[in-house]
Amino acid sequence: MIRPMLGEAWSAMNANRLRAALTMLGMVIGVGAVVIMLAIGQGAQYAIQQTISTMGSNLFIVLSGFSSSGGVRSGSGGGPTLTVADADAIAELDGVANVAPTHQGSRQVIYGAQNWSTQVIGTTPAYLDARAWSITSGSGFSDSDVRSATRVVVIGQTVAENLFGEEEPVGKTMRIQQSPFVVIGVLGAKGQSLDGRDQDDTVLIPLTTAQRKVFGTPFVGSVRMIMVQTERADQMEQVMAQTTALLRQRHRLRDDMPDDFFMRNLSAAAESEAATTRTMSILLGAIASISLIVGGIGIMNIMLVSVTERTREIGIRMAIGARQRDILLQFLLEAVMISFAGCFTGLLLGIAIALGINALTGMVIVISGTAALLAFAVAASVGIFFGWYPAQKAARLDPIEALRYQ
Amino acid sequence: MTEAVIRVEGLGKSYQTAAGEFPALRGVNLRVDGGEYLAIMGPSGSGKSTFMNLLGCLDRPSSGAYFLAGANVAEMDRDALARLRNHTLGFVFQGFNLLPRMSLQDNVALPLVYAGVDKASRRARARVLLERVGLGQYADSLPNRISGGQQQRVAIARALVNQPRLILADEPTGNLDSQTSEDIMALFDSLNRDGITIVLVTHELDIAEHARRQVRFRDGCIISDHLTGAAA
Repeated sequence: MIRPMLGEAWSAMNANRLRAALTMLGMVIGVGAVVIMLAIGQGAQYAIQQTISTMGSNLFIVLSGFSSSGGVRSGSGGGPTLTVADADAIAELDGVANVAPTHQGSRQVIYGAQNWSTQVIGTTPAYLDARAWSITSGSGFSDSDVRSATRVVVIGQTVAENLFGEEEPVGKTMRIQQSPFVVIGVLGAKGQSLDGRDQDDTVLIPLTTAQRKVFGTPFVGSVRMIMVQTERADQMEQVMAQTTALLRQRHRLRDDMPDDFFMRNLSAAAESEAATTRTMSILLGAIASISLIVGGIGIMNIMLVSVTERTREIGIRMAIGARQRDILLQFLLEAVMISFAGCFTGLLLGIAIALGINALTGMVIVISGTAALLAFAVAASVGIFFGWYPAQKAARLDPIEALRYQ
Repeated sequence: MTEAVIRVEGLGKSYQTAAGEFPALRGVNLRVDGGEYLAIMGPSGSGKSTFMNLLGCLDRPSSGAYFLAGANVAEMDRDALARLRNHTLGFVFQGFNLLPRMSLQDNVALPLVYAGVDKASRRARARVLLERVGLGQYADSLPNRISGGQQQRVAIARALVNQPRLILADEPTGNLDSQTSEDIMALFDSLNRDGITIVLVTHELDIAEHARRQVRFRDGCIISDHLTGAAA
């Protein structure tokens, strides 16, 4: 039943090519707009996601409180209130994936005739896991390096370029201030953080080495910062609350005393930015779908004209045995066919334009199969939705009056 | 006694007009048996077209009963009527009523599409009937490439394609010259000889002479019903 009708729908379209093409144009523009908008929106989301994933996900940091000496207060992280033992205690909490106590500061690093000022981070191996940071050559340091405070260093891409140039850094000895360190690994590139800092301009050393040999601290075992990663995003709040309670208890703070540490949710800012892009792309898609609806109305309009023009044909078909549903199906198929052809053209056009935008402006474009499928599903529904009324009208014609129609 | 092809009892049909209810048919009784060849005559407005529409299951009566091959048409829904038009009846119109965008073969095969027949059988059957009406060589032409008489032959082939028991022809020669009319009537004569029941509406006496029985309508009633010289 469907197959001969498809042929008829095709020949009906062919009989009036210009009209069919103009009707399709509405769908072409609608689907094209949706495809382009989704590609741009998803591209923006993808770009943000990339940035977030370089930072690491589900992270918060605990900073030690300020110290005060002679009325001069240091900033947060200046006081000796956090310890490695605090970090170990946090690691025992439910939902905590990684805990990395760190001690960091800016130092001059030297290799041969080159020197470079960079951020030195003393930490534990968990830091690399928490930040999802890969190592491109060599290896990272181990827990035993941390225990025995060995002088090993893992360097970021920017440091590798500036100190070593073309040379292979792994196995070489460089200096941080005056102390010699053996380079055991090079970190993978991460690029800029959300606030524009170069994340690759850094070197990592074992926490104990940093405390004893680079920064020096009057309080052995104290750290400036503890980075905590939860297993899932929805555990962030709960783990942060538990951490607060735990630290207050460990630091023996009475209820009326303020916290002697600070907490920052690193993921929150990134998440909100991601949410903004998501909203934007939904908005873009929604605006573009309006043109799809306009295209659908165009189809309905033409199908109504077509039903009127072909009233006599409908009468003949009824006289030789077409049931109402046969007539309904015939006109519905025509509408869906126009809609699909328009959708397919629009899809190709949209992809071509999106690729063009990418080539001309370098904007990140993501064309997903889901979006294409969605556009097709919408086009089919538009065809059926806006084709239904005219087809129904055709099927309900009175056979005698349709036959008499001139 | 076998069941009549057409049995009409007290058939009435009225239309709502601005001037009130207008009765187009008033209690018509008629029986047509299998193999009959009937001509319906009458001036315009006599109700013969209304009667044909009812016989053709295109319309339903306001009163009375209509049995087509034993089935009560008045009780049927639109789909059942469509099925009767498809399987039991064949229509031939004054204006031929072929679909202009389709080849002659596709036009003839169209009722089979609605009957759900597969493509190969549709083609084969359409071919046979086009041969039968002498137009086999034009199977792939469009209707506007052939003459009026030829178009009417195609329309007759289309009416026959689903092997109906009854052919209803409404002024089948009204748009044709007299020689072509004779050819078309000869075709009807031969169909009737093959056992197909034929009911045709005409206002031309020489056309009606082909039938073996003539029924005259006036003012919505049958005023005469007699056998003609063709009956033998």
